[in-house]
Amino acid sequence: MGLSKKLVERLDRLSSKLVVKYGVYLAAVVLFFALILVPPILGVIIKWSSMQEVFGDAVFMARALNAVKNSFAVAVVVSVLDVVVGLPMAWLIARSRSRWINVLDTLADVPFIVPTAVLGYSLLLFWNKPGEISPLFGYSLVSPGWLLVALLHFTFSYPVVVRVIVGALLDYKIEYEQASRTLGAPPLTTARTVTLGIIKPSLIAAFILAFARSISETGATMMVADTFENGPIFIQKTKDVYVGATVFVSLILIVFSCLIFAVVRILGSRFKLPIKEAWPTLERKLSYTAATSARDSVTLLIFFAVVLVPSLFAALPAFEALPTDILQRALSSSPPWNDYWEGLVRSYSIGAAVTVLNILIGLPMAIIVARKRVGNFSSVLNVLVDVPIIIPSVALGVSLRFFWKETLAFIPDVWLLTFAHLAITYPYFVRSMSAAVERISIELEEASRTLGAKPFCVFRTIVFPLTKYSMFSGAIMVFTRSVSETGATLAVTQLKTAPVVLVDWVKGKVAVSSLEIGLGCGFLILISFLILLALRLVVKGKGRY
Amino acid sequence: MPDVRLVNVTKKFGKIVAVDNVSLHIKDREYFSILGPSGCGKTTLLRLIAGLIEPDEGEIYIGDRLVNNVPPEDRDIGFVFQTFALFPHMNAWENVTYGPRVKGFNMHKAERIGHEVLEMVRLHERLDAFPSELSGGMMQRIAVARALAAGAKLLLLDEPLGHLDAKVRNELRYEIRRMTKDLELTAIHVTHDQSEAMAISDRIAVMKKGKVLQVGTPQELYMNPKSIFVAHFIGGANFLEGYIAEAEGKTSTVELRGGVKVQAINKGLSKGERVVLAVRPEIFTIKKGKAMGENSIPGVVERVTFEGTNIRYEVRLENQDLIVVVMPSLTCEWFNIGEKVTVSFQPENAHLFAYPEVGLREEMAVE
Repeated sequence: MGLSKKLVERLDRLSSKLVVKYGVYLAAVVLFFALILVPPILGVIIKWSSMQEVFGDAVFMARALNAVKNSFAVAVVVSVLDVVVGLPMAWLIARSRSRWINVLDTLADVPFIVPTAVLGYSLLLFWNKPGEISPLFGYSLVSPGWLLVALLHFTFSYPVVVRVIVGALLDYKIEYEQASRTLGAPPLTTARTVTLGIIKPSLIAAFILAFARSISETGATMMVADTFENGPIFIQKTKDVYVGATVFVSLILIVFSCLIFAVVRILGSRFKLPIKEAWPTLERKLSYTAATSARDSVTLLIFFAVVLVPSLFAALPAFEALPTDILQRALSSSPPWNDYWEGLVRSYSIGAAVTVLNILIGLPMAIIVARKRVGNFSSVLNVLVDVPIIIPSVALGVSLRFFWKETLAFIPDVWLLTFAHLAITYPYFVRSMSAAVERISIELEEASRTLGAKPFCVFRTIVFPLTKYSMFSGAIMVFTRSVSETGATLAVTQLKTAPVVLVDWVKGKVAVSSLEIGLGCGFLILISFLILLALRLVVKGKGRY
Repeated sequence: MPDVRLVNVTKKFGKIVAVDNVSLHIKDREYFSILGPSGCGKTTLLRLIAGLIEPDEGEIYIGDRLVNNVPPEDRDIGFVFQTFALFPHMNAWENVTYGPRVKGFNMHKAERIGHEVLEMVRLHERLDAFPSELSGGMMQRIAVARALAAGAKLLLLDEPLGHLDAKVRNELRYEIRRMTKDLELTAIHVTHDQSEAMAISDRIAVMKKGKVLQVGTPQELYMNPKSIFVAHFIGGANFLEGYIAEAEGKTSTVELRGGVKVQAINKGLSKGERVVLAVRPEIFTIKKGKAMGENSIPGVVERVTFEGTNIRYEVRLENQDLIVVVMPSLTCEWFNIGEKVTVSFQPENAHLFAYPEVGLREEMAVE
């Protein structure tokens, strides 16, 4: 105790030196550029000339462009649907006073904790081969292909969209709605003209997150795509054979994603929701009982039938596998389970390493961005931090591999994988932390300084306790995202993480039974759930002020 | 004709009774204030009238209509929030014409109303400004204009001046009253500031812990407080403890601590009962030295504060009670610290109350 106290005091004293303070900030900025921002960009540039091979082959070119077109079509449709369907769900969670709403709130997160590769398999079972679980579930409703891909993307983006909108609705001052009601607007008019107008930035953010996820996702999409090709699948299929095609498609995905985000950002602030007109009689009718119960029922029906049940469907064979000898074989780690466990340990170790790295280099960055510590450059950083979100993760993985293999070839694959996951998760962590820091009034920090606290002490005693909850939830997001990331993992290395092993199993590259796949999925869900539960218990009731 | 009637209205939040069996009648075209310390339930009462929350028991009438189950948008009210609640994504013009638009008025009528109310609050030249570009006082005026534009005859104001500077606050309170009178509106104004309530109200209801203690004109509340709390909260007073030594006819002899005897008007307290005598600081007169006479008590000046219009003296009476005396500074004699004086008051100007069961300190507590 004495030693750690001395260390803390030492750090407090050191932190008041400008050199140390700016040293930390500088290190965070340099690491951001060196590890996260520059490598993927240089990676593409290094292989620039290889694109020639695509331009010479018209058939191949058409296939590549078609894949890109499919990517954007699915992403746009799915993201719009997610926002449209997620909004009433978020409304229900944020506004209902029922006790059951907490349960619903937690359930809405379930697809988030199911690793995407498992989610893909789960949806495949639910929509395509429910009969394999039990004849009770009858026949195939949807065959693998574009529709199943769209359903999958809808499902994994849904919790993110709901979470973002719930956050916006909870932060939002209810007085605006009350003011609108007292001015004569029925609830529906109020929601349309006042609430949606004010939370519009969050709706746009939700759309962007859903869109970016849909453009990048690879692992789960592979399981349900069949012959359907979108950008990431195309890259996955060609990356080892046609480097040029991979670079070409990556580049188009990156450029078009950037363009679309720029357009959404610019038009989003100009785009006015239809708030000038009102239809008092009609909107009044739609504001009360029959209409609202119908809306809530449809919302819940979609949530259970399209999101929740399909997400957990893969766990059913796990239960079926329990009484058989599969469980014993799995636990004794005889083949193919040795690969599985090895992948699992690898996944969680990388997840933990990525989380720690994020806290170390992401936290100073979050403070720089939130508190504008480096003047105008802070605003530039604020935009740059988001760049990895809009780069499709599989494209990111490919260009990262090019970069590291061409420059520092001796770097072990595990490091490469860690860097790739770091780049993918970094924006999420910095975003959630900087938002949390911004919410703390700067006066609290100033008060602490005037009372004699050194900068690090201010962080220790004021900023950290007040942002703890956000830091834990940011860490959870980083961890789960890293554990379930498949596309970038496949693109970067031959190393097999847990989701990669499962993809191999489902794709039939390893001979396993469906019960074994089910059990593998079950373990992954169970462990993810336990880790989340543990973290939730650790932060329970803390940090919400 | 919007008069407002509350009949035995109760509202609980969990175990806390925010509004406890309140009955009130606010007359048509009256400027009515609900005054009380923070947490007394005054804002809850206003929100009940607005329909933003629903009562657990009792009935609320606006005009002749029972509005218990009427949603806020159908109550025909204007509500001004403490934080103004101007829609941040709409400019001043869009804010003030919001009511007419959502009520489905035709565009022409909505615009005419918009111009009218903006003229009225003298902010016509700022109609394209967004709330973030306006000063506190301007936001407040836009908030009032927006409430008026919806065409309501009943204006509800929740601490509408609470977020403003003292100077702006003093100007705006008369402006709001003038507008409501010009437009012949009924106004219900919630505040914790007694001087604000006294300055603008036709009548005031004083609330404490969810109950209405007294309703009356500012003069009635000041001249005739019905409870120690009202005497304390409106105007303030010295509270001297004692018991009734003699009770004959209208005046009684009250024996204060240390055997000091004074005369006071008695309204039904009997001999031997423990009492509190409330004497306002401005009721006392001070004379130099030891003077004889009815209700005269010798004492020593302990502290003098020059407040501009008034001088405030703290006098330690011979029975060790400390009282505050306020005298007009330009017209009265001045005294120094340590000077021996005699304070006196007229029996009809003091108020006699039975000693409260909860104790004097708890009875006066404002929090």
